[in-house]
Amino acid sequence: MSAVMKGRFRLARGAGFTLDVDFVAPASGVTGIFGPSGSGKTTLLRCVAGLERAPEALLEVAGEVWQDEARGRFLPTHRRPVGYVFQEAGLFAHLPVRRNLEYGWRRTAAAERRVRFEEAVEWLGLAPLLPRAPAALSGGERQRVAIARALLTSPRLLLMDEPLASLDAAAREEILPYLERLHASLRIPVLYVSHTAAEVLRLADHLLLLAAGRVRAAGPLIEVSTRLDLLPWGPEAELGAVIEARVVGHDDVYDLTYLDFAGGRLSLPRHAAAPGSRQRVRVLARDVSLALERPERTSVLNIFPARIVEIREAGEAAATASRQPLVKLDAGGATLLAQITRKSLATLELRPGLPVYAVIKGVALLMQG
Amino acid sequence: MLAGGRGYPLACMSSADLEPLWLTLRLAAVTTPLLLAAGTPLAWWLSRTRNRLRFAIEAVVALPLVLPPTVLGFYLLVLLGPRGGLGAAWRALGLESPVFSFSGLVIGSVLYSLPFVVQPLQGAFESVGRLPLEVAATLRAGPWDRFATVAVPLARRGFFTAATIGFAHTLGEFGVVLMIGGNIPGRTRVLSIAIYDHVERLEYAAAHRLSLGMLLFSFLALWAVYALNVREPREPREPSGPRGPLGLPRRSRRSRLPNWPSPPPRGEP
Repeated sequence: MSAVMKGRFRLARGAGFTLDVDFVAPASGVTGIFGPSGSGKTTLLRCVAGLERAPEALLEVAGEVWQDEARGRFLPTHRRPVGYVFQEAGLFAHLPVRRNLEYGWRRTAAAERRVRFEEAVEWLGLAPLLPRAPAALSGGERQRVAIARALLTSPRLLLMDEPLASLDAAAREEILPYLERLHASLRIPVLYVSHTAAEVLRLADHLLLLAAGRVRAAGPLIEVSTRLDLLPWGPEAELGAVIEARVVGHDDVYDLTYLDFAGGRLSLPRHAAAPGSRQRVRVLARDVSLALERPERTSVLNIFPARIVEIREAGEAAATASRQPLVKLDAGGATLLAQITRKSLATLELRPGLPVYAVIKGVALLMQG
Repeated sequence: MLAGGRGYPLACMSSADLEPLWLTLRLAAVTTPLLLAAGTPLAWWLSRTRNRLRFAIEAVVALPLVLPPTVLGFYLLVLLGPRGGLGAAWRALGLESPVFSFSGLVIGSVLYSLPFVVQPLQGAFESVGRLPLEVAATLRAGPWDRFATVAVPLARRGFFTAATIGFAHTLGEFGVVLMIGGNIPGRTRVLSIAIYDHVERLEYAAAHRLSLGMLLFSFLALWAVYALNVREPREPREPSGPRGPLGLPRRSRRSRLPNWPSPPPRGEP
């Protein structure tokens, strides 16, 4: 992982809030910045954009120093090659959609333009909206325009501050596929702030967990999201694991879709996902049970050999949502979590290193298909 | 029609009345751009700053709203007179003394009408909010660029209101101009003073002609301000809600001129 950005910000705010973070974000992919309200996510993003000036700060992006307060260096926002998507679209009410899109595009030197106007319009499906006034757009349409407008400055870093938070569920579902496509087609790193676990699990490759203005954990999404000591890492994050899988094909006879992951082949109720496409699969801890021998003559299709990595017994984390033991499994390289009872833990004499079978009763694709 | 001075529609007016009318219009036409030039940076600063001095500045700007115009006029007279500091500086520049002259009227009018321009502009700039300007900054626009291409167009109704009210208010002023300009026909005798003179001489018909004209003009100006402020739709974004003619939220305590003394709402840091 080559670091493209290294940042350190220290900023005190009234009411006892202090942002004190030291972080590294990778060169590509989406880094989800996750944490409860008031944990400093937005402030961190604003510091990166230069909208907020932390009195103690050092920020280096792609080898360029954007801020170094020790030397009094501070690059103002309009000189930073960032794209920023705010929680509210913030379209210029006095300009039609086309001129909104052109606003940043025209201010970007022609030699630095890497995103063509037509390209952004097409990516976000904006062609029919171009002559419209912002007031005539729906919430989801406005946010799509805002995303395209940010991309048209050909940013070297895309910052998204809960771009879906102000939208209703329908509009959110309308935008997510666009974000996923950008995720796949854009080469630039993205910092994506969210307080919705599902969004982060769906979009992010890396995770930066914030709490009370400090970094609680950082690293690859799958690794950080299954760390037992951090769970549950979000208020509404159900205990579970995310696994990366590839669609192998569909079974017309039994109406199933098959996906391969590191631990074997998953069978799911038929899904529209295209064969060959990469998908993220969510396996909740409560849907995974453990067996010491491979269960025979069972209705469960998804059974994989695995090895116990770690066990968090109840009591160690009495304050967390679950009072039952959590077991972390390694299934051929993929991580799974299983929630079992204390009684099973004792009866089966489960311990780290023990080979078991993970019996998975429910699997969900995270992406829309 | 008005510039012609002696055109058909005004035929019924005596030339003695046309003179103050022409002078008053000239005064308002010179004062309004000066008001906007002085009021825009002041309103912009007041709408953005967290400096503690702003309350003192806001209070000073709002003084003409509560002071008798004669008080303002009196101090201007003292200040601009030959022994006043400003008057001396004025003469040192080789300029005609502003007292009892057109330039004195302009200075008095600008000060007297300033709150009527600063307050709608400040309200308009505040209602633009931080978001569009921050968005513009992330879209590579520098400070002047942001101001010219985002803040001003979004606050355009505030500019219209400020210009209209500033113009209309200058037309109607009396006390300050009387104090600093006196009542010199053709030089400093403006409409309101002419009306006063007519009434003093019991020339009610002439007083009616001028008064009715001013009444109609003022009504039309205010009507235009109110109508224009309602008609234009805004991008639905919170906190929107109905806005008063001066670009201030209608349901707030600041719905009326003056918006002083309750401080404007500040955005979340």
